[in-house]
Amino acid sequence: MKLMTWQEIPIGGLILEAGNAKKFLTGDWRSQRPILDEEKCINCLTCFMVCPDGSIVLKDGKMSGFNYDYCKGCGICAYECPVKCITMKPEEDFR
Amino acid sequence: MAKTEMKKKRKIDIMAEMPERLSSGHRLCAGCGASIAARQILRGTTDPVVISCATGCLEVASTIYPYTAWEVPFIHNAFENSAATISGVEAAFRSLKKQGKIPKNKKIKFVAFGGDGGTYDIGIQSLSGALERGHDFVYVCYDNEAYMNTGIQRSSATPFGAFTNTSPAGSCSFGKSQFRKDLTMICAAHHIPYAAQASIGYWQDLVKKAEKALAVEGPAFLLVLAPCPRGWRFPMEKTVEIGKLAVDTCFWPLYEIENGVFKLTKKIPDKKKKPITEWLKSQGRFKHLFEECNENVIEEIQQKIDEDWQRYLKTNGDKIF
Amino acid sequence: MTTATVKKIRRAFTGNEAGAEAMRQINPDVAAVFPITPQTELMHAFASFVANGKVKTELVMVESEHSAMSATVGASAAGARAMTATSANGLALMWEIVYIAASSRLPIVMPIINRALSGPINIHCDHSDMMGCRDSGWIQMFSENSQEEYDNLIQAIRIAEHPDVLLPVMVGQDGFIISHSLESVEVFDDEEVRDFIGEYHPKNPLLDTDHPYTFGPLDLQDYYMEHKRQQHQGMQNARQVILDTGKEFGEKFGHHYSNFEEFHLEDAEIGMIALGSTAGTAKVAVENLREQGKKVGLLKLRVFRPFPFKELVEAVKHLKGLIVLDRSDSFGAMGGPVFLDVSASLNNLTKKPVTRNLIYGLGGRDMKVQDLEKIFGMMEKTVKTGKGAGSSQYYGARGDD
Repeated sequence: MKLMTWQEIPIGGLILEAGNAKKFLTGDWRSQRPILDEEKCINCLTCFMVCPDGSIVLKDGKMSGFNYDYCKGCGICAYECPVKCITMKPEEDFR
Repeated sequence: MAKTEMKKKRKIDIMAEMPERLSSGHRLCAGCGASIAARQILRGTTDPVVISCATGCLEVASTIYPYTAWEVPFIHNAFENSAATISGVEAAFRSLKKQGKIPKNKKIKFVAFGGDGGTYDIGIQSLSGALERGHDFVYVCYDNEAYMNTGIQRSSATPFGAFTNTSPAGSCSFGKSQFRKDLTMICAAHHIPYAAQASIGYWQDLVKKAEKALAVEGPAFLLVLAPCPRGWRFPMEKTVEIGKLAVDTCFWPLYEIENGVFKLTKKIPDKKKKPITEWLKSQGRFKHLFEECNENVIEEIQQKIDEDWQRYLKTNGDKIF
Repeated sequence: MTTATVKKIRRAFTGNEAGAEAMRQINPDVAAVFPITPQTELMHAFASFVANGKVKTELVMVESEHSAMSATVGASAAGARAMTATSANGLALMWEIVYIAASSRLPIVMPIINRALSGPINIHCDHSDMMGCRDSGWIQMFSENSQEEYDNLIQAIRIAEHPDVLLPVMVGQDGFIISHSLESVEVFDDEEVRDFIGEYHPKNPLLDTDHPYTFGPLDLQDYYMEHKRQQHQGMQNARQVILDTGKEFGEKFGHHYSNFEEFHLEDAEIGMIALGSTAGTAKVAVENLREQGKKVGLLKLRVFRPFPFKELVEAVKHLKGLIVLDRSDSFGAMGGPVFLDVSASLNNLTKKPVTRNLIYGLGGRDMKVQDLEKIFGMMEKTVKTGKGAGSSQYYGARGDD
């Protein structure tokens, strides 16, 4: 990101664009990647409630996967899943 | 209408539809309990919210200039004044509304966040003042039981026996030698309409309490246990599990005080009450307690928990403030 | 509009009452305050306005000055016109947030009833409270009397809220000497004052829930310096805005203001720089000495931040001698805070007046007309003999000659 001059930024440290942290991808922190087994998933959405990073993707209110742009790979979703339909796999496997 | 569509929505479906107020892209640690707390609590209302936040993990990691993870108005002022800052914001809202500069029917929920250091310690005066004055706001203390943002130093929320960098275990020390301050009771003693203790381990309980706190008129207080993988020394996938274990061992009873009436929101039957060793074992910060010389420390912790728990059971349903 | 058309009445006011009267007319949306002597009387008067519906202000009676400034910052960020007031230790307790108010560019206006900073604890006047935060980024003004306290507070709102400035302003008045002395004050018509200060329209209020803004982010190596540069610019811009506001105030209300007031300075050989009530006393000394044929004059400094160094140099460069009075010490420095700025301002002159600094009046120690006449005499000798030139000494402490 190009750094702006003092004339270009709002005064007082104000940030005008809500939620622009979405432009900062935290997915590259990840060393383990969650993988969903859709067959097993019962859509209890526990993963959605406990994800610290809002990285559970819902489609029509149903669990449909992960947003790897932000998922830091903590593994809480896999650990808390009551039917164990999420497994954590080493990130190297996907490179 | 098809039968499936008639199906009543589960609470979690409603929660999933609520607006996300803390966006992805924040830089809290992987597995952080504080962000889970913030995401869950802010699902407690559909009204617009305005947030103040004390200096601490939640604040620094969510607002690294030029980025903000907040989808709602947010102000950070300093470490000890989250409650005083929201007092001013809320007073401004009342003033401008009274003058017709903000529409009469405009609703805003004011939420002040602070960690345990910013709440139990350096911010307690500002919090006490704001509660006593009766501002219409919810104060949320996300309690990770030490100054985590500055690198794990003891606070008055740090439990007895815990290692921190300023209460290290050593040949002459078993870690922190004082019990935690009972902050929820301190806040409830301000005769506020709602005060509660919750844990991210039990999200249904937490969300319910958040809804109640956000709905009452006047000050409300929520103390939320937010386990910290880094500071407590446990694997990051266990954050929620450890939040549950704290409750199941009665280390962290879930209760609320509504209009002065004390109520346990999760009763742990005697046969299900887990020994405190299970909770202590789960975290590296208590590792030293399992050395032979510290046996009595664990006994002392268990004894305190048992006494407190008996007291809570006895008080359940009583008007205590 | 000419002065004649502005309705005004004369009232007998203490400095605190004059401050409260200005606040009544400003009618801030929020005021958050905590009691401290000698500021209390101002807040009593203002609380009574609130209690009787004379203002629409939400008065937040906080539990400390730290919270007073914190709540004021919250209210100002929210989009309200917000004020507080304090003295000495109260200002010291606010310290951290005083800086945050300025760097968040919040146009807060705060009367300061100047009082000595502990310790030992003392409730009487000196300028150590405001001088201590001269680098905080606030605009700082000192008032000679109750009238100036009133006039300065009204102008302060306009200066603070000016889009080129957006910085907080503190307006000092000497504790007890002004704050508790009854004086005649011209009070202008409410509507005229409100017309002068105008409505406050914040650009990005926190309460705009349709446009969620983040205030007070973590600002690291990438942008902190750019934000400081902006703040620096705001203070630079304030120079012109202060002059323009003073001029406009003068045209409307008949009281003219600049960065400083020159009193018999133009043809003087010995000049004095003083702030606050001492400047009023010094005017009497100047008149007395003028009657004796002494060519003495006074520069009453009104605006201390931004320091009007260019204008000040122009006003004093012809002098043979210049005595600078400081009502606070800057321990370990070359002299008191005013002296330091004056000395730095004179630095580039090839032919400079002989200067000398006296630190006086700490903790409310009296400074009388006779003292000031004596000081002019001292300075006259210094000019002749060179003795004491460039020095900084205490005046009025027993044990010194």
